[in-house]
Amino acid sequence: MQSSFLLFVIFTLMILGYLAGRRRSLAVARMSRGPDRLHSLPAYYGFYAALWAGIPALFLLATGVFFQDWIITKLVVADLPETLRTLPPEQLGLVMNDIRNMATGNIVSTEITPAIQLAADHYVRLRDLYSTATWILVTCISVLGIIMVRARISPTLRARNRVERIVIVIMMVFSSIAILTTLGVIFSVLYESLQFFRKVPVTEFIFGTEWSPQIALRADQVGASGSFGSIPLFAGTLLISVIAMLVAVPIGLMSAIYLSDYASARFRALTKPLLEILAGIPTVVYGFFAALTMAPFIRNLGERLGMEVASESALAAGLVMGVMIIPFVSSLSDDVINAVPQSLRDGSNALGATRSETIKKVVFPAALPGIVGGVLLAMSRAIGETMIVVMAAGLSANLTANPLESVTTVTVQIVTLLTGDQEFDSPKTLAAFALGMALFAVTLVMNVIALRTVRKYREQYD
Amino acid sequence: MNTLSETIETGPDANLIVPQENEGAFREQQFEDTVGDVTHPNPRISCREVDVYYDHGAVHAIKNVTLDIGTGEVLAMIGPSGCGKSTILRCLNRMNDSIDGCQVSGSIRLDELDIYDKNLDVVLLRAQIGMVFQKPNPFPKSIYDNVAYGPKIHGLAKDKTDLDEIVQTSLERAALWEEVKDRLGQPGTGLSGGQQQRLCIARAIAVSPEVILMDEPCSALDPIATAKVEELIDELRQQYTIAIVTHSMQQAARVSQRTAYFHLGHLVEVNTTDKVFTNPQHHLTEAYITGRFG
Ligand SMILES: Nc1ncnc2c1ncn2[C@@H]1O[C@H](COP(=O)(O)OP(=O)(O)O)[C@@H](O)[C@H]1O
Ligand SMILES: [Mg+2]
Repeated sequence: MQSSFLLFVIFTLMILGYLAGRRRSLAVARMSRGPDRLHSLPAYYGFYAALWAGIPALFLLATGVFFQDWIITKLVVADLPETLRTLPPEQLGLVMNDIRNMATGNIVSTEITPAIQLAADHYVRLRDLYSTATWILVTCISVLGIIMVRARISPTLRARNRVERIVIVIMMVFSSIAILTTLGVIFSVLYESLQFFRKVPVTEFIFGTEWSPQIALRADQVGASGSFGSIPLFAGTLLISVIAMLVAVPIGLMSAIYLSDYASARFRALTKPLLEILAGIPTVVYGFFAALTMAPFIRNLGERLGMEVASESALAAGLVMGVMIIPFVSSLSDDVINAVPQSLRDGSNALGATRSETIKKVVFPAALPGIVGGVLLAMSRAIGETMIVVMAAGLSANLTANPLESVTTVTVQIVTLLTGDQEFDSPKTLAAFALGMALFAVTLVMNVIALRTVRKYREQYD
Repeated sequence: MNTLSETIETGPDANLIVPQENEGAFREQQFEDTVGDVTHPNPRISCREVDVYYDHGAVHAIKNVTLDIGTGEVLAMIGPSGCGKSTILRCLNRMNDSIDGCQVSGSIRLDELDIYDKNLDVVLLRAQIGMVFQKPNPFPKSIYDNVAYGPKIHGLAKDKTDLDEIVQTSLERAALWEEVKDRLGQPGTGLSGGQQQRLCIARAIAVSPEVILMDEPCSALDPIATAKVEELIDELRQQYTIAIVTHSMQQAARVSQRTAYFHLGHLVEVNTTDKVFTNPQHHLTEAYITGRFG
């Protein structure tokens, strides 16, 4: 039977456990003169029983499902005829695959020998047995949990404290899931990066100024040296992000200050959602805009001024990206500026400060940590943004500080390295992981520095 | 329609409605003129027939108030909450300007200066009339910067030593110097509530105002801190004119020379504090002081 249905059964048992625990506690309370004699509210006894009905059973179910395949395979292999059992591991794996396929009714690659047919039947029998056993065990554990808690319910059982302790543990487990996932991501990327650095020296990757990740497919191929200097990519990322921040920070901050301290309530209520819509536009659409409207516009403008502008320029991508991240800066800054208490503004005004002095000297410093947070968020969006750059800034890894030229960024290169048919162990593919790792390191360092600065200059208010 | 008017005339409530209305009119009558002496021989601030409306005229918060605040005196403003004490106080340094839909009519003068003159610079006015709020609101800056804030924006200090001196004298006058002189660089928000309020007073003093307005400056403080601030107010009287709004009648009795009693936007009675508390002239004042409402 499906384990999803078993989940449903456990859930039902938890509800029953809740009801049983609650009723029992009420009955116990009645016997010991009035419900105020209980240590906790009746509901807590219910929750306590429900948790005991749920947690051990769920744990058992998870373990059972996790080991199911491994255990059954072991048993089936042990029963295979001598000739098959002594096969080398890879071939044995293929045989097992066939058996499994037969058991689940899938198409089998080889012809069916009686031995395999037998084994498949065995497999099916074992699987049914296993699931029946799981069913019985899980249900028993669950019911047992309820019975045990029910028997232990007495006015002195500190159900509330126990439930709360269990809930704390559950929360801890959940929060560590997020941390563990992060660690997992880091380690998997790190592993692939190390593979890459076995083929390409670290120094070349970090200090090299040329990026052309073409690896020869055949030894005699021309023009496929393959050089993996990441500096042009990071320079390109930096250039575009800086342009984007130069657009977004002033515009976002000014509009936040205007909205929170100058604009009328009605104007604010109207404008803020409109600004936030900017964040909801898909980046591909921004990419169109950058490539089809902004880039030609900049090129024409540049030509009129007698400058040479590439048709895909860092400037076009940066400007459009800046527009895209305005709402990150403005909306978050507006929120934190609004959160600065009115009493501080009053205090400053009452000392004869003008509105702009109040904003510059009192409101802005008080809101600074939040504003930096918003800017940081915008910055990480800018660094991670890929689509606009692919469409508007090009793919050529030029090392340049000239915003009128075409550049490329780290994320764009990661995408181009990984799309298309690639061997997984070629340096070209692995380079993507190294780039990802480096990008992660850069943003991490950036965040740490920013957090420290904020903490240092933060002005506390309550 | 017929049945409706009939019920009003003949219904059981009819008897109740009429006397109530009459009583209201009767009360209004009694508000007309303020009892006691609204003037002062040596006024620093004089309000004449001031009316204040909120919400573009929908709320009539101050009704025809005429009142002098004398040089070097502490004037206490008392009355049940919502009677307009804060409103009239905030008129004196035009803090009501920033409230949308607030209208002030009548005349308010600081010495010879018309506070509501169209050409008046509010910045300069507020440098002359300082304000202390109900809840201590130190800026999230260091103690030093809190006090130096006003002098800096008004350009009162020539150089750093000058500024240091202003900060020190202000803190000394606010009776806070001894407690904070070793930690001027620490945040003002880290002080205790009473210290914060004295810091706010020091901040107001630092721009050397002539008048200090205080809106329930002790209502967020414990009794000991309150006693300190009250002591301070008494000392400040030597140099400043002070108007203080308070909920505590004991406080009014302790710190003020004259007391003004407000009721529903009317100024009901103004007299020397002694007289108001020992021998109130108006029955509403008496009712409030004896604790029949408030
Ligand atoms: N910003 C405002 N908008 C509208 N009405 C207000 C505002 N501030 C005060 N009021 C009204 O004006 C009256 C006087 O308020 P206030 O001066 O704060 O009273 P008090 O300080 O004596 O308790 C009250 O009825 C209050 O509801
Ligand atoms: Mg008030």
